Amino acid sequence: MSLASPIPRGRRTPWRRALRRDWQLYSLAVLPLLFFLTFRYLPMLGNMIAFRRFQPGGSLFGEYWTGLRYFRLFFTDPTFWNVFTNTLALGALTLVFCFPLPIVLALLLNEVRNRALKRFVQSVSYLPHFLSIVIVAAMVLQLLSVDGAVNQMLRAVGGEPVPFMQQAGWFRTIYVSSEVWQTVGWGTILYLAALTTVDGDLYEAARIDGANRWRQTWHVTLPGIRPTMVTLLILNIGTFMAVGFEKILLLYNPLTYPTADVISTYLYRVGIVSGNLSYAAAIGLFESVIGLTLVLSANAISRRTVGTSLW
Amino acid sequence: MVSTQPRTQARTRQPAARPRGPRPTRGYRVFQVVNAVVLTGVVVVTLYPFLTIVARSLSDNAYIVAGEVNLVPRGFNLTAYRVVTSDPTFWVSYRNTVFYTVVATLISVVLTTCYAYVLSKRHLRGRTALVGIAVFTMFFTGGLIPNYVLVTSLGLKNTVWAIALPNAINVFNLLVMKAFFESLPVELEEAAAVDGLNTYGTLLRIVLPLSKAMVATMVLFYAVSFWNSWFAAFLYMDRQDLLPVTVYLRNLIAGATDATQTGGGLGSAGDVVQSAATIQSVTIVLTILPILAVYPFIQRYFVSGVMLGAVKG
Repeated sequence: MSLASPIPRGRRTPWRRALRRDWQLYSLAVLPLLFFLTFRYLPMLGNMIAFRRFQPGGSLFGEYWTGLRYFRLFFTDPTFWNVFTNTLALGALTLVFCFPLPIVLALLLNEVRNRALKRFVQSVSYLPHFLSIVIVAAMVLQLLSVDGAVNQMLRAVGGEPVPFMQQAGWFRTIYVSSEVWQTVGWGTILYLAALTTVDGDLYEAARIDGANRWRQTWHVTLPGIRPTMVTLLILNIGTFMAVGFEKILLLYNPLTYPTADVISTYLYRVGIVSGNLSYAAAIGLFESVIGLTLVLSANAISRRTVGTSLW
Repeated sequence: MVSTQPRTQARTRQPAARPRGPRPTRGYRVFQVVNAVVLTGVVVVTLYPFLTIVARSLSDNAYIVAGEVNLVPRGFNLTAYRVVTSDPTFWVSYRNTVFYTVVATLISVVLTTCYAYVLSKRHLRGRTALVGIAVFTMFFTGGLIPNYVLVTSLGLKNTVWAIALPNAINVFNLLVMKAFFESLPVELEEAAAVDGLNTYGTLLRIVLPLSKAMVATMVLFYAVSFWNSWFAAFLYMDRQDLLPVTVYLRNLIAGATDATQTGGGLGSAGDVVQSAATIQSVTIVLTILPILAVYPFIQRYFVSGVMLGAVKG
């Protein structure tokens, strides 16, 4: 056990001693490590099939090398560039709406004096977070169907009903709105927590300097929650490329492919539905690498400029 | 994960009395009114979809087709509820959901607890590497295709393991629990060691009894995510009698969407599609119900869990 021999600070324990002393702790890590190696790191190696010919039922890592054949294939595939553009567009729209709106809502909630009201609004706005994506998608389809609530309102103001889910032009609006509906309330939690830590004396000082409430918010509150904002921004950027695969899969259809089809849904259809696993793996690898690059660069930039970083 | 030290100290302070000047100005009072209106709007927009689905589930088909059902049920009847609840497939899928959730949650909580406990021991040689192995997977994953190939070739298809194993540890949850273990007083474990308990004994008899609230939070985090998950089952389950209720609902809406496309023009859609609308609403309601029933009780665990993860991680 660790206590028999106090650990000398600043110097590493030799491995042999560490193992003898802590073998029981290490043994607890065996199964979790097995999980990470099998289901997280092995698939990373499995991406090798992007460079190899994969045969269903054959080796996990493919049969023989094909070099960059699959990469060349998708770089010259017009559909790929279409889904690539869609991914960027949906990712950017999601970031533009789903990142700032929780901050706004948290600031508004923070100004509420009535505790009960605040609690109630919070509880209600967290609710969508607990729903399955399937339920959210089903609700979207119901609300936007030709006989649904939205079209009823359109008719009430004299408009023609719109088959929203069948028109490519509507997909981005629908997708981003449903994301906002589902994530904004829950997104306020961290900001509300950060807001409680802003020093009250700073408001006092700002007030004495003649700052009104708006300026207090701008000069005291926002800088106070900046570390949280930056951290969440970096995390948001990290998921930029992985835009709501499951939700899109549930909401799109061939009619809306021109705007709805993203890299992940495309590689799902190419790889799993049509069985071109190597080709799909190449696309997936490309996507993961871009995602990792984005998060690393966002992190580096933020460390240089505002001094906040993830690690 | 989040390196913002200063927040830790004042975490528990309540925001209520914010000293922002002696008396509110006129402009601020106007703002308060506008704010109340905006927040009421948020509540309405959030709840509206639920209410209209409930109204549709209780209405007569004919009124739905005519686009006359909004917040109030028209032609009130429970036929659709009877149809759905008398469908044995629905109950089989519900039972599957419960089974998958229980098995997967159990595995996840055990693995997460073990690893988080190991990671919380600051003196442990190689701890940084062990943390790194987990955290790296938050930002880089193998991706869909290699995972699919792996699960298929391990022969996990059509078993609960295809759902439980590939997502056994959520790294965010892991960091939350690690932060919690790190916050426990070291003295207790030292006393346990003096009393001759080994690591396993300390974890089981000293640490876990102190961590009941944390373990409960983990159970809820995982249970809700497995209850709601559908894609793993959709991908790896070929047989109807193995599908969870989320995939049951998915197949229902997918069927309706296909019918709308192949069927005649919109607005003159066939009978099948329209009856699906009530059936869909009922299925949605029956799937949401368990979540709604426990929501008031679980919500605060989630909130405190998320905050712990962000502040301490």
